[in-house]
Amino acid sequence: MSFEWPWQYNFPPFFTLQPNVDTRQKQLAAWCSLALAYCRHHKLYTLDVMESQESPVFNNKKIERKLSTEAIQVVFEELRKKGNLDWLDKNKSRCLVMWRRPEEWGKLIYQWVSKVGMINSVFTLYELSNGDDTEGEEFHGLEEWILLRSFKGVKFF
Amino acid sequence: MDRFAWTNGLLEMNETLVIQQRGVKLYDGDDKAKLDVGVVLLTTHRLIWRDHKNHECCIALSLSQIIYFEEQAAGIGKRYVAKIVIHLYPVTANKEPGPYQQSKFPYIKLSFKEHGQIEFFRRLTEEMTQKRWETPVPQTISTATGSQTGKTRAVGIVGIERKIEQKRKETEQNISEAFEDLSQLMVKAKEMVELSRSIANKIKDKHGDITEDETIRFKSYLLSMGIANPVTRETHGSGTNYHMQLAKQLGDMLLAPLEERGGMMALTEVYCLVNRARGMELLSPEDLVNACKMFESMQLPLRLRVFDSGVMVVQLQSHSEEEMIASALDNVTDKGSLTSEEFAKLLGLSVLLSKERLLLAEKMGHLCRDDSVEGLRFYPNLF
Repeated sequence: MSFEWPWQYNFPPFFTLQPNVDTRQKQLAAWCSLALAYCRHHKLYTLDVMESQESPVFNNKKIERKLSTEAIQVVFEELRKKGNLDWLDKNKSRCLVMWRRPEEWGKLIYQWVSKVGMINSVFTLYELSNGDDTEGEEFHGLEEWILLRSFKGVKFF
Repeated sequence: MDRFAWTNGLLEMNETLVIQQRGVKLYDGDDKAKLDVGVVLLTTHRLIWRDHKNHECCIALSLSQIIYFEEQAAGIGKRYVAKIVIHLYPVTANKEPGPYQQSKFPYIKLSFKEHGQIEFFRRLTEEMTQKRWETPVPQTISTATGSQTGKTRAVGIVGIERKIEQKRKETEQNISEAFEDLSQLMVKAKEMVELSRSIANKIKDKHGDITEDETIRFKSYLLSMGIANPVTRETHGSGTNYHMQLAKQLGDMLLAPLEERGGMMALTEVYCLVNRARGMELLSPEDLVNACKMFESMQLPLRLRVFDSGVMVVQLQSHSEEEMIASALDNVTDKGSLTSEEFAKLLGLSVLLSKERLLLAEKMGHLCRDDSVEGLRFYPNLF
């Protein structure tokens, strides 16, 4: 299933940060959902700012437009405010993208665990993310750090 | 300066104020008088001077004491201000007390630091010719008239002064004779302007009889022909009066060009047009801006408007911004996207004004921008 680009992706003004405040809000909202959808589709959990400039998300070769570095920073800042992004380092060059927030992951895992009736049993993190049983579940292949974070929200005995 | 007497500044019966001018300094002969700058008032009977700070300090001189007067033109630079030199009769014995007990000069000077001397001189000439201070008591024809009609004994300084006055009159006569043709020309020029104005009106009515090129050429001739009587600093002095007169003149002049350009013109265009029309007496940009600021208070149908980016335009009051923006949006939607140059060409506006209009539409949220290496384009706001 190939990724479906939203209509804004082919609209040149989408790649220029709008000065009008209202227009900018709508623009940023569209960017956030696009970035998250892309990451979800390709199961990307980390983004490097330098690399992402060339990634097809922020760079539409067909209409020859791309987001400037400042604009990318603004989009990332917006994602961070919403709780979908965390900076890995102080220089803001790498970030963690959580297209599903940790709490949501936690809930999903708990639901699965209760579904298979494994409550009160012990699991390793590896089993959860890469075990045969969990194949087909959304959290299959989830990286370790996000598993850890998701557990913070949920009570595990 | 010893001819002046203290006065309370109130006008007497039958005395009316003709003109006043501020920023005037008095000179006792060639020396500066020990008084400050003030306002000089010309009435039908007297010449009054009042200190601009201390209104109690007010002195007056009867017009009957003036033998004659002349203009002393301004030189170049700050030091030389235009002056009017007034030659006076010797002081009479029963004169009221004044600021000076005696003076070694028989003449005084009025120095017009804020200009206005041309108008003042004209009025003074009028008053001196009409001699309205004499009408109630016609039989006391003072020696003032005597000196101007016939020759009397040439005695002392008075005699010399009279001789100078005569010579001056002769030269004036000669000059006016020499320039008689020129006055004819000026009269004809006025008629020409009237004629061209009537033709322009006829063109407007019978639209289509003349080709567009010819109309444009004709209109440019009209504009370059200029205005017959420009308002200058010298005629009306500086200050708000000048700007008000100027605003009125601009209001008349700019209506036609504004209509042509769709109701809005950048201030730089206005400056060029106005100065081209005036020919000789050019306006400074500062004066133009000050005059434009008075449009609203004088209830003229023009407005000075400043955009966010600092661009200043003159626009017709009837010009509606919403209409402009709606039509701009239509244009952009038609063509998909527009740059400010394309928009300018489409509408026949200058690039500066078309950019302002697009920016305004963006501010209202109707358009969005696309900034790339290709340039700045505007799209309809689909967000």
